[in-house]
Amino acid sequence: MLKFIVKRILWALVTIWAIISITFIIMHSIPGDPFAREGSMPEAVYQNLRSFYNLDEPLYVQYGLYLKQIAQFDFGPSLKSNTLTVNDYIANGFPVSLQLGAQALILAVCLGLILGVIAAVNRNKWPDYFAMVLAIIGISVPSFILATFLINFLAVEWRLFPVATWQTMKHTVLPTISLAMLPMAYIARLMRSSMLEVLNQDYMITAKSKGLNKGFILIKYGLRNAILPVVTVLGIITANLVTGSFIVEHIFGVPGIGELFVKGIFNRDYPVILGSTIFYSIILIFLILIVDIAYTWIDPRIKVTGESK
Amino acid sequence: MANKIQLTEDLFTPVTDNFKDAEKIARPSVSYWRDTWRRLKENKLAMFGLVLIIILAIMAIIGPYISGYSYFEQDFTRKNLRPNAEHWFGTDTSGRDLFTRAWYGARISLFIGLMAATIDFVIGIIYGGVSAIRGGRIDNFMMRLAEVLFSIPYLLMVILMMIVLERGIWPIIIAMTITGWIPMARLVRGQVLQLKELDYVHAANAMGAPTSWKLRKHMIPNTMGPILVNITLTVPTAIFAEATLSFLGLGIPAPQASWGTMASDSLSSILVGNFYQLAIPALLISITMFAFNVFGDGLRDALDPKLRN
Amino acid sequence: MKKRLNIFMSVFFALMLVLAGCTTTGDKADPEKDDDNKDPNVETPAEKKVLRTNNHSEPGALHPGLAQGTHDSWVIDHVFEGLTVKAPDGTIAPGMAETWDTSEDGLTWTFHLRDGVQWSNGDPVTAADFEYAWKFALDPNNASQYAYQMYYLENGQAFNEVGATILKEYNEAVEKAEKDGTEPPEKPVIAEADLQPARDKVGVKALDEKTLEVKLATATPYFLDLTSFYTYYPINKTVAESNPDWFKEAATFVSNGAFKLTEWKHKESLTLAKNDSYYDAAKVNLDEVVLYVIEDNNTAWQMYQTGEIDLLDNLPSEVTGKLIADQAPDFHNAAELSTYYYNLNSDVKPFNNPKVRRAFGMAIDRQTIVEHVAQGGQMPAYGVVPPGMPDVSGDFRENAGALFEENYDEAKKLLAEGLAEEGLKKLPELTLLYNTNEIHKVIAEAIQEMWRKNLGVENVTLENVEFQVKLDREQSGDYMISRAGWIGDYVDPMTYLDLWVSDGPYNDANYSNPEYDALVNTAKTSMDPTVRMEAMHQAEQILMNDMPIIPVYYYTRPHVYKENVTGIYTLINRQPSFKFADIE
Repeated sequence: MLKFIVKRILWALVTIWAIISITFIIMHSIPGDPFAREGSMPEAVYQNLRSFYNLDEPLYVQYGLYLKQIAQFDFGPSLKSNTLTVNDYIANGFPVSLQLGAQALILAVCLGLILGVIAAVNRNKWPDYFAMVLAIIGISVPSFILATFLINFLAVEWRLFPVATWQTMKHTVLPTISLAMLPMAYIARLMRSSMLEVLNQDYMITAKSKGLNKGFILIKYGLRNAILPVVTVLGIITANLVTGSFIVEHIFGVPGIGELFVKGIFNRDYPVILGSTIFYSIILIFLILIVDIAYTWIDPRIKVTGESK
Repeated sequence: MANKIQLTEDLFTPVTDNFKDAEKIARPSVSYWRDTWRRLKENKLAMFGLVLIIILAIMAIIGPYISGYSYFEQDFTRKNLRPNAEHWFGTDTSGRDLFTRAWYGARISLFIGLMAATIDFVIGIIYGGVSAIRGGRIDNFMMRLAEVLFSIPYLLMVILMMIVLERGIWPIIIAMTITGWIPMARLVRGQVLQLKELDYVHAANAMGAPTSWKLRKHMIPNTMGPILVNITLTVPTAIFAEATLSFLGLGIPAPQASWGTMASDSLSSILVGNFYQLAIPALLISITMFAFNVFGDGLRDALDPKLRN
Repeated sequence: MKKRLNIFMSVFFALMLVLAGCTTTGDKADPEKDDDNKDPNVETPAEKKVLRTNNHSEPGALHPGLAQGTHDSWVIDHVFEGLTVKAPDGTIAPGMAETWDTSEDGLTWTFHLRDGVQWSNGDPVTAADFEYAWKFALDPNNASQYAYQMYYLENGQAFNEVGATILKEYNEAVEKAEKDGTEPPEKPVIAEADLQPARDKVGVKALDEKTLEVKLATATPYFLDLTSFYTYYPINKTVAESNPDWFKEAATFVSNGAFKLTEWKHKESLTLAKNDSYYDAAKVNLDEVVLYVIEDNNTAWQMYQTGEIDLLDNLPSEVTGKLIADQAPDFHNAAELSTYYYNLNSDVKPFNNPKVRRAFGMAIDRQTIVEHVAQGGQMPAYGVVPPGMPDVSGDFRENAGALFEENYDEAKKLLAEGLAEEGLKKLPELTLLYNTNEIHKVIAEAIQEMWRKNLGVENVTLENVEFQVKLDREQSGDYMISRAGWIGDYVDPMTYLDLWVSDGPYNDANYSNPEYDALVNTAKTSMDPTVRMEAMHQAEQILMNDMPIIPVYYYTRPHVYKENVTGIYTLINRQPSFKFADIE
């Protein structure tokens, strides 16, 4: 297992390097200048700015400088802020996005699994329809519409929750719901279909014919086997949730990292684009690694490439 | 007590040709797809979904011509009219007929959704299937490549592509599929890997069956369930992604409209009491999602060889 | 096997517990926080007056020398103060400087600071703080975007340009090397030894603690106006020299204005508190101001609706339209020195022809746009200089009146003639470029429709790009029609008319007319107001005859504040000021 993990971490470094390179190339090939604005900027002011941020160096020199910087875990300054560096943005925003993402994840996984199992066990009966309609509502409304509805009804009309900003636990309720609906529905459907498959497996029938307790079978054999596809997607879902959502953070005024790269692109804030991309990628790679380990651990049939040798 | 079996003449009849009938399968021999269709027809909810999809498709084709208004014609004396006999869905802030715009939007949204799902499906199944069946080094390389691409935030790639490409329907589809096929490829690979260890595949291997035959006869039918669930989720995901792009201002160019741009443009309508302007595109998106989802679920059940009864 | 399952299940249940835990804490928090977000009247107790508003986005630099946008300047304007201030009526009043005198040639200004003015940390505000701040903005190593605001100072530009020629040569060498694929040169270093002499020559000097002497490069009639602008605010020299990062956190932040920064939760909110050491503190009524950082205008409006915010600008246009129609008592509008217009690229056919350009300009129904599309109480524009610019007597805009009229038949005729002159049978495919924004989009859609209906032009396509891309394409001339806007830099028609001289800095329309250039030049050099204004009136008329740009409307600044808030005033081109606001 250790060999496998070491190998994967080395691979991860290569992956991150590849991501830096791809993003660097695409980023510098899109039109637009970070310091462009309406009206004129005197030549000297423009040159001072470019020199200050080393943007006047040849691209490959900038690339080299950036790699050197990254090796020291320094994502560099933001071209649009003299106050916060990219490291600051991440250090300030990630705990917020992490909290929001974790809340949404817990909500999504718990509700999703429960709905999925209920639906599968009661296939084609009313609990199935009820659970699936709930799940479908979750994937039926784009998050910006859902967020708008939630604010309009729960906050403005009925005054149950504050509209926006990030202050108390109560402020986190609406964004958590907005964020959790989609993965919840996704998990519920995935769980239902894989549970259905498992319920028809021979070992389930065998277990049933042995007269074992129904609930016991469901948990011991059913859930354990059916959860595999859910575990597969869990890494990606988690990465998506904890790295924040542009829409939810934008609408609810959540100071997370979800809008970093979107705004980075619109501002041509190169260090912010690169920094947030790398950070996102690290989280994703790390979580996928965990999922892969969890996968081999839950399903002995899958062998790890590193181990099989 | 000696129990003697009475052997009589009539017990010994000569074997006739009809022994072949005994070997015959009770059910009429039908092809795989006809069988699927037969079982699909029995699923009322799925058929309802299919009917909805057909209605939406027909309306997308003829809807824009029914009311006699064009999608771009403005009339400020008739702005913000609630649904009425003249304008069945009301009018928008520029006095444009929402009925026409809604179905014109259906055209664009459905096209984007279907095209993106198709492209994702085709690339994903080829990539994932080949990767899993070939295994070893090729699998390793292909999955690393997918992992690198996948570790770049989806929205980042889409936005960067949208800025590089010109505005229009195809750029949106290209931008969305450029890394959108990866989850499908991963899913296919995961499923195939699981199947690879099953006895009937081992048997096929032992008999020296070619890869393409294994893919067609064993892998695809047996992985169809989860993959179909994934496709039915790709259509909404694509329509959602388009809506997200609209929210970011990167959607279909004005004055054309998709459901996504219609919804994101009318978010502020809710603030001044013109709720229907947002509700109409939101409802249409939801109906579409519902239709695709229940149909996908039904199709999945019908296709799954393990659920045959 | 069993053990694994057990671990898995326990993790699962642990997750469930956390979920349950979260919900309960959420519920528990309810009663305590309930009254926090309801009624503003209940919420702010009598002993503490708190105004809550929205700063729209996270400030990039709360530093006078580095600030560059409204998200910076709104806060800075309230926590700092310059030599002079703008009174609520817009006139210039003494600020940190109590009196000032100017030499006869208008080149030397001497400012005498008020007695007892203090920084929020108790330090006295000295003339050296001004000298330090102004030189900071000009220092090329600080890369200030607004450094050119200091170019009015003698040798100011020269200091900012130290190294510019070296850097320019280097930039060109790099570009050339990249093209040829050869090795580029090393990046040059601008030595401190080169900077110091240039810094010392800049025309600002603290003669003593209380006296600041300023030497200008040329006589600038509006220099006094500039000293109330944020780039000219002072910086506490002692603090800044010992801690260059002083402006990055509330704890180290030192300012000299009516308020001081007490809390800065990045991307979340800023809290300002009344600065008791401010000389005019008696007139400051608010104890605290909370500025949230909510980027979504719909959300911000909803916060205002529920009473989570007391003062708000940048309202969604639908909302402004409704507020105006309803004559809402909490709605306020202020004029702005700003024009919304479309560029027509004079370098491409058919817009090289003035008749075609005029036809497009005359076929727009501006009243409809203002009333139904922009909906902010804007004024239709039939000239380029917005109202609010003084003429010799009266208002420049009012005196000039409408310089062209909307006439669809005439427009059609002009279009046909123009096309004939260019030898075109029909119009080529036209593209209207605008930067992605809800309001620009609906205006573009409306204008596209008006051209279709009123002018019979069917082949205009709308293209929205990001702001940065639009600027890029305008500057390189890669567009046909583009949306633009200009906010006056100073209160004189020249801030507009200067834009379209042949080599003008923002002449994206690529307009060139020697007659126009000559008139603008006359206005620039003449000292006689009558001659100047006459030349500018003529120039504007020529511009509107040739119509390289199509004016659409003059901006306004709609904003709302709760009826219990008083004392809000709006200076031209600034956000509403809450300096003297009060909550009743």
